[in-house]
Amino acid sequence: MDFGTDKAIYLQITDYICEQILNGRWKAGERVVSVRELATALEVNPNTVMRSYNELADRNIIVNKRGIGFFVSSDAPELIRTEQRAAFIHDELPRLFKKMRLLNISLEEITNHYQSTENQ
Amino acid sequence: MIQLKDVTFGYTKIAPVFKDLNLELAGGHIYGLLGKNGVGKTTLMKIIAGLRFANSGTAEIFGEPSYKRSPAMLQDLYFVGEEMYAPALTIRQYVDTFAPFYPNFSREQMDAYLEQFELTGCTQRISAMSHGQKKKVIISFALATNVKVLLMDEPTNGLDIPSKSMFRKVMAMAADQERLFILSTHQVRDLHSLIDSIILLDGGEILLAEPNEVITDKLLFKVVDSTEGMTNLLYAEDTLRGIYTVSENVNHEECKLDIELLFNAAISNKKKIKELFSNY
Repeated sequence: MDFGTDKAIYLQITDYICEQILNGRWKAGERVVSVRELATALEVNPNTVMRSYNELADRNIIVNKRGIGFFVSSDAPELIRTEQRAAFIHDELPRLFKKMRLLNISLEEITNHYQSTENQ
Repeated sequence: MIQLKDVTFGYTKIAPVFKDLNLELAGGHIYGLLGKNGVGKTTLMKIIAGLRFANSGTAEIFGEPSYKRSPAMLQDLYFVGEEMYAPALTIRQYVDTFAPFYPNFSREQMDAYLEQFELTGCTQRISAMSHGQKKKVIISFALATNVKVLLMDEPTNGLDIPSKSMFRKVMAMAADQERLFILSTHQVRDLHSLIDSIILLDGGEILLAEPNEVITDKLLFKVVDSTEGMTNLLYAEDTLRGIYTVSENVNHEECKLDIELLFNAAISNKKKIKELFSNY
């Protein structure tokens, strides 16, 4: 993993885990790999992975079963989608709108492009 | 686990390397020890390890003065220097000879680390190995001792590109809540994902010694298009990707610690940095 962006490493790891859950590689209800295993695989400090797990547990995406470890919660995919939908509307859309205004691209033009890709 | 109190040290009487150094380090962390050439990183590690003695002040490890080098302390301490002792022994013979000094030494772990470094079954004498291979053997041995305090001076120097990645894996495997690692380094990019706390040394004093999250809570690392109107700016660096800035993190924004930027910001703005992290 390349931690090249400006985002804190522990948040990049939470994003990575969310992606694994969304694409079905980590399944709801299944046990999450141990902190050490993931730290070794990603070549990061185990404390950083622990911080990511705690963050995901706070967001109810994974749950800590005492003494056994972390598990992907049953509604994790839905939770992540809700979060990402909100982030898209809050962060990405304003950027897109700004660029559209800058380049004089109308909403109709975008709609046409959207529909043409939908038909493909 | 390690405590330095008012440590003053100099190789000559006229020019002390450190003056009244204070430092407290706890287990469960991988500390990155940073500083310009000749600032005394190796000297500091040697004082901690009891290989150099402070002129005044005290250096303690496990609550006992490190200069005493008691057997109990030495069983739980390992120092990987930049120059390594590489006798004409095979890895197996080396382990047979030196492992008995470390009651928690694990041969299983040693084999696992050697396997990571692709040295399994190597029968060459250590003295005949390349610098990088020697380093891998000594690092594997050091980790397998399971000592509480492990000091490494420029551990990634001399390692090739794949070995640097292996080094990070092996370190992530070995780190736990009981152990304290200090890695001195100039190769910040090799180690930034491993280090969770920074010790910054400059001009005979410690500018800061803090966990990464404390640093990013007080300092904001951000790439911007323009620094116009930015208040509390400490440091800016123009690059092709934009302007890399370090400023006071007034609003406690989330950000990623950029160790190189921190280093440059701290060196060029010592007073401000010391003020922000004034508990030292």
